Amino acid sequence: MPFPLPLETLVGKPLMYAVFALIGFGFGFVLESSGFGNSKKLAAQFYFSEMTVLKVMFGAIVTAMVLIFTTVGLGVLDFNQLWVNPTYLWSGIVGGLIMGVGFIVGGFCPGTSLVAMATRKIDGLFFVLGGLFGIFLFGETERFYDLWWNFAGYMGRITIPEWLGLPYGVVVVGIVLMALFMFWGSEQLEHIFGGRDLKKEPRWRYAGAAGLLVVAFGVLLIGDATTADKYARIATAKELQLTNREVQISPGELLSTIGNDTLKTIILDVRPENEYNLFHLHGSQNISLDDLQTYIPEIHAQQALNTIFVVVSNDEKAATQAWKTLVAESVPNAYILEGGINNWITTFGENEQNIVYAPDASGEDSLKFTFPAALGDRYECANPSPHEWELEFTPKIKLQIKRDKSGGGCG
Amino acid sequence: MTAATNTVSKPKGRNWRATLFERPKKDYWHPYLGGLLLGLVLFASFFLTGNGLGASGGLNRLVVYVEDLVAPAHIDRVPYLLKMAGGDKNPLDDWIIPMIFGTLVGGFVSGWRNGRLQVETNKGPNITKRTRWVTAFIGGAIMGYGARMARGCTSGQALSGGAVLSLGSWVFMFSVFAGAYALAYFVRKLWL
Repeated sequence: MPFPLPLETLVGKPLMYAVFALIGFGFGFVLESSGFGNSKKLAAQFYFSEMTVLKVMFGAIVTAMVLIFTTVGLGVLDFNQLWVNPTYLWSGIVGGLIMGVGFIVGGFCPGTSLVAMATRKIDGLFFVLGGLFGIFLFGETERFYDLWWNFAGYMGRITIPEWLGLPYGVVVVGIVLMALFMFWGSEQLEHIFGGRDLKKEPRWRYAGAAGLLVVAFGVLLIGDATTADKYARIATAKELQLTNREVQISPGELLSTIGNDTLKTIILDVRPENEYNLFHLHGSQNISLDDLQTYIPEIHAQQALNTIFVVVSNDEKAATQAWKTLVAESVPNAYILEGGINNWITTFGENEQNIVYAPDASGEDSLKFTFPAALGDRYECANPSPHEWELEFTPKIKLQIKRDKSGGGCG
Repeated sequence: MTAATNTVSKPKGRNWRATLFERPKKDYWHPYLGGLLLGLVLFASFFLTGNGLGASGGLNRLVVYVEDLVAPAHIDRVPYLLKMAGGDKNPLDDWIIPMIFGTLVGGFVSGWRNGRLQVETNKGPNITKRTRWVTAFIGGAIMGYGARMARGCTSGQALSGGAVLSLGSWVFMFSVFAGAYALAYFVRKLWL
């Protein structure tokens, strides 16, 4: 899965910024050429005489959408690496309504006002100044309703197909059909309210509509890649890492990582709940292999750069399974605890009188100790002090910089 | 007037004012062509960088940058601002900044090529220029406030989030249209 490119590590920051500047150039050029530097043209949208805003916006959305999901379906583009605006339902709705008011009063939205200003439109300049003032006001008043802003209707990284429980292809086709219907409706409204002669509209728009539909049905035909499909694409490289034991970190390395304040270590314990209750590492969270799948969007919604994920089972079998899920879904910095809980207790539990070694003949990934009570992480060796234990290990963790996907244009 | 005499006395190409601002005015693109090309830009952005497009986030960082120059201690006390400019963080060190400068240049070049660089105020026929400037400022302020509350504007939320099917972005998009349509009738004097 080569795209999107890890630009910062690939070409360095200055060139990466040059790429963004170039994309911005295209953005501004297209906006101006579509007439978005002209507030009259934008406002006409809301009096039905000229539906340019809707046509350009939805045209752009559906074009980009079908291309994104075609390349995702073909395995060329990694959807997990794309920035998907997290859903904050209520601040989105209220903010959106406020923006609508600003749109019809001021005649622009922020992007279009920049283009208007660049082409020496005075109303564009005033709008930009007003926009800067409004942004300043928000920064100064956000603290009065901080909680509401950060939590009201927060649903994390969620897409419409996930929300509806439908395949991506179905939603893509549905949205293309909806957009085509809206284009048709817009033309009718322009005819009625703007007196536009529809016979003069170019015929190539039918070909465009047909093309969009064909690509959308292509997305439907390709279907969604499952985690297993995604793993299959990278299996050769990843299996090699597993056999070379590049990703199995020793208990010593895990402990020193936990003790490292500059890193955030998330320990995922994928054993059955009863075994987790008997004994688990301090700070680890219990998550079944099935639930791991639903946890992935949460990981991708997080922005922390220096987070390390360590999966743990009794030995390594279930943990390796979980690790495959994580890497298939492009979770950065995923590792396996070498030898699992059994190895951990062997390493740190020599003073534990109550934990008894009792190897069970059944299964390779079973707990090899018995415990007097289900004390969870209250055993001493569940939480050894990183400063008391100086263990020798070959460091295997190589921190992978998370790509520079941040709050969209909005961070 | 002076521009006209200059054009006569000097070779046309040398007169930079004329070259910049007096090119023949051309029509806007057909909206569907604009949509298609904007979609390609948006796709290229996601495909290459993993990010969509944006504008208000960049303006936000400019504001925070100025605030940080004037009152750095204040920034360090407000969590929302701290995230962008706390301590030695430079709020301008973000991909959105080159993007909005690119947008300005792109808009300018398109305006230049198509002869649309006239200084003018676009407004409805029944209001004065001054009224238009005031409403543009007020509308901009409302828009700026709303855009930050919604965590993105028409570009960062509606276009970008819409293309990757973010649930919140679609809800947001319909809210914007709802807000504008609901008020359009009452402010029709501004535009019609």
